[in-house]
Amino acid sequence: MTAALAQALASYWRRHPLELATLLVGLMVATALWSGVQALNAEARRSYAEAAGLVSGGARIVAADGQRLPLSDYVALRRAGLRVSPVLEGEWRAGDVDLHLVGVEPMTLPRGAAPIGEEAAALPAFVLPPGRAFAAPATIARLAGRPGLPELVASGQVPEGTLLLDIGRAAGLLGLPDRVSYLLAPAGTGVPPAFADRLTVAEGPADDLARLTDSFHLNLTAFGFLSFLVGLIIVYAAIGLAFERRRPMLRTLRALGVPARGLALALLAEILALALLGGAAGMAGGYLMAAALLPDVAASLNGLYGAHVPGRLALDPAWWLAGLGIATFGALAAAGDSLWRAFHLGPLAAARPEAWLGALRRRLVWQAGAAVLLCALALALLLLGGSLLAGFALMGALLLGAALLLPGLLALVLAALGRRAKGPVAHWLFADGRQRLGGLSLALMALLLALGVNVGVGTMVSSFRATFLGWLDQRLGAEIYLSAPDGAAAEVIGAALATTPGVTAALPIGAARSRFAGAPLEIYAFTDDPLYREGWPLLAALDRPWDRVAAGDAVMVNEQMARRAGLAPGDALAIPTATGAWETRVAGVYSDYGNPEAQVLAPVAQVRARWPELELRRLAVRADPASVPALLADLRGREGVDVTDRAGLRASAERVFEKTFAVTLALNTLTLIVAGIALLTGLLTLAEQRLGQLAPLWALGLTRRRLAAIELGQAVALAGLTALAALPLGLAVAWVLTEVINPRAFGWRLPLLLFPLDWARLFLFALATGALAALWPALRLARAAPADLIRRFSDER
Amino acid sequence: MLEIRDIAKTYPTAQGPLAVLRGVSLDLAGGTSLALTGESGSGKSTLLHLAAGLEKADSGHIAIDGAPVTGLDDAGRARLRRETVGIVFQQFNLIPSLDVGRNLAFQARLAGRADPDWQAVLAERLGLAPLLARYPEQLSGGQQQRVAIGRALAARPRLILADEPTGNLDEATGDAVLDLLLALVAESGAALLMVTHSARLAARLDARAHLHAGRIGAEPVA
Ligand SMILES: Nc1ncnc2c1ncn2[C@@H]1O[C@H](COP(=O)(O)OP(=O)(O)OP(=O)(O)O)[C@@H](O)[C@H]1O
Ligand SMILES: [Mg+2]
Repeated sequence: MTAALAQALASYWRRHPLELATLLVGLMVATALWSGVQALNAEARRSYAEAAGLVSGGARIVAADGQRLPLSDYVALRRAGLRVSPVLEGEWRAGDVDLHLVGVEPMTLPRGAAPIGEEAAALPAFVLPPGRAFAAPATIARLAGRPGLPELVASGQVPEGTLLLDIGRAAGLLGLPDRVSYLLAPAGTGVPPAFADRLTVAEGPADDLARLTDSFHLNLTAFGFLSFLVGLIIVYAAIGLAFERRRPMLRTLRALGVPARGLALALLAEILALALLGGAAGMAGGYLMAAALLPDVAASLNGLYGAHVPGRLALDPAWWLAGLGIATFGALAAAGDSLWRAFHLGPLAAARPEAWLGALRRRLVWQAGAAVLLCALALALLLLGGSLLAGFALMGALLLGAALLLPGLLALVLAALGRRAKGPVAHWLFADGRQRLGGLSLALMALLLALGVNVGVGTMVSSFRATFLGWLDQRLGAEIYLSAPDGAAAEVIGAALATTPGVTAALPIGAARSRFAGAPLEIYAFTDDPLYREGWPLLAALDRPWDRVAAGDAVMVNEQMARRAGLAPGDALAIPTATGAWETRVAGVYSDYGNPEAQVLAPVAQVRARWPELELRRLAVRADPASVPALLADLRGREGVDVTDRAGLRASAERVFEKTFAVTLALNTLTLIVAGIALLTGLLTLAEQRLGQLAPLWALGLTRRRLAAIELGQAVALAGLTALAALPLGLAVAWVLTEVINPRAFGWRLPLLLFPLDWARLFLFALATGALAALWPALRLARAAPADLIRRFSDER
Repeated sequence: MLEIRDIAKTYPTAQGPLAVLRGVSLDLAGGTSLALTGESGSGKSTLLHLAAGLEKADSGHIAIDGAPVTGLDDAGRARLRRETVGIVFQQFNLIPSLDVGRNLAFQARLAGRADPDWQAVLAERLGLAPLLARYPEQLSGGQQQRVAIGRALAARPRLILADEPTGNLDEATGDAVLDLLLALVAESGAALLMVTHSARLAARLDARAHLHAGRIGAEPVA
């Protein structure tokens, strides 16, 4: 019986290869987008973990102010009997290759804390000049032939772009002879009371990076999930159609004695086989997609967070298994409805596909009810939820609710238009359009979601671009920014500039580090000048804020910090320093787009009083525009000085911005393409049935050409109506993104700007999608042989 | 009115060409009716389709009111079906998305000859008046057949081509429908070509033709 059953079921797919292809394409696309995004996330997370896991085990003792601690503290702790081991990390350039150096002290390093080998015999070579460094093979290949490096030894445990070497050698390369980044200590070690004001036990740096990048990955995941859903819509439509078409056969099988359970099991097995097939193809597609997007993701993670992600994919078996799992899960979810109905199909059930009229009306009512519930849920989430996850749940409820509402809305619009229509063909057109909603509603929902998200994300990105660039122009008030190798060099340059004609001011800038509310904090030391007083973009402030800051009574904080810690102008603030807490107040809050970290702005003197070793390595130079080119040429001639003019800085900031949203926009476009495919496959699978619906009209005297034109026009009109509905949805999505998701994910809020030209473009895209999707069925209709059309008559009943 | 001369039609099939019609000739004057009989598969529907311009004959000549049908292009044949011919299909071919009232009026409106009074009369005589707001899928086979007949007659066509129009009807209803068809023919001077399996109904028409082996032959001996 099994073989006969399998043969009967498979015969359908053999006779309808197009529907089989649709189903597989849907599964493939859904799996590809989902697993591709997962691959990107996994790759990034793996590299964070690798970077963190290179030196591992036990606790880490760090300086309370977030700076490197002096070597003397290490010596003192060792004398106090603590089994600590120093680690020095830093960034170093070998020619044009950026390297992350990790220096360890092999004598005190706990066993297995870092992969430097176990044999004692190898120790002298590691420590004694020229020293030995462990690095990934790819790093060694890139460094081939560069002078000034220790002997390089390949190690699979060292992340790309990192050198693991002796601390003395690292200190020499970094120019930090008496500094330590942190101390490794056995788990459970506490800081002795004598050091408690300066030292503290910290979580790993990986936690900081993971927390910062979490929202980025959540964004990617949300997009992946949306595309996955849109792909599943195709699968659901194809499976549902296959079930409806096979209903007479299934009923006959039941009548011939196949038990309901056997039939459902056979259909289940069929779905699983298809899921594995489509899933496997999807995994290959996902791999290709991730490989194509990874460079952009790596660039934006680097630009945003300074996280180093290698530009190649290394995927583990778990990824493949998870991908096939999600494909199977998706296919089952899409088929659940059909399986349920197959299980409950009686042998005397109506052989005819369910009557469209009553079924459609019932479905529309059911969907509208669900949509109202979802909208209520969205409202509740908006009012009660405070987390980022609640923000995404709100977005999900909004999108799903809108999608469910669409068919009912279209039916109402078509009915209203139909009442006004004149002429029999126009009349039929609207009535027929309503009937087609039954078969096309899922594809139209997919189109609505894709268009809505496109409008929303596009509005958000464009708003951000406009705001960001305006903000950048304000913020980059000085003509030239330079950074010298150290504070002394910067001072010399500053003094020289002070007497250079054309230069109005050379303002020193420095930065100190601390921690605030469990996250890193940067203290930006500035020199009071109209540059700041006039140009710095304040969001909220006490009156005369700059006077208060200049007087040392208060500081400015960035929006991210204010939002996370709930700070407002006038609030008290305690910042940890090496000599105890710095008690101050908030004078104002400034916008600081693109910076993931908390930042405080304070005058140089105030910062130096708490961080005596503060170096003012940077200068903001204000100059007469005419003299800028000569100044630039002069400054660039100096050894070790990094010079950027305003235009250059603006351009590089813009580049980082574009990279950051490149992935979002790419996924956006992919979702749109998937929705186009959904519409195309929806029309294609219905084309066969469609010929039967149009044949009577042809027989009654409409030419095939006219019918084809009607067919095309109808698809374009449905897509256009959907696009119209997508506009308000898109604006709602944009609002949720800018008012809910962004503040929670990144800590800043954007003004929402409108870009009607983008909407017009998307609207045209929707019309073109409709036309393109209907083109093939319409051409087929225009060329259908009369005998073929006549045969449809008998098929229909 | 309808003039069919030496029509031949062959269908390609997997087993080679199938000659369905091999030189069929018929004449039908305005105001008269002709019953076409023949066993199943003999080509009755095919002949009707050719006369309606739904398909092209391989050879031969068909003219309606002296105007040639063979040789018309696609648009010309579409206009012919729209304005001159009323077809009652063997498989009804109602438009599923329109209700009975709209289906009834559809062809007349296409031809620009909608006449609500006449439609009301037709609905009454065909027993469709209580069903006007229903959709085709909500009708029985016989009800659908009556809608198909009403649709063909609503446009007052010059030529009525009916393919077993009473096949799904009980005897009494079938008789009533035929009364209606014949009355219309008599009133308007239209011509009726009707396929039927029923010798009793065929006897009520003005003339009879029997299709056998691709040719019109004498009536079979009953
Ligand atoms: N498109 C086609 N391709 C091939 N053969 C066809 C096609 N259409 C009809 N036929 C064949 O032509 C023959 C005549 O068909 P037709 O439908 O005209 O018969 P009919 O006399 O109307 O039969 P019935 O009384 O059963 O309706 C049949 O043998 C049929 O199988
Ligand atoms: Mg027939």
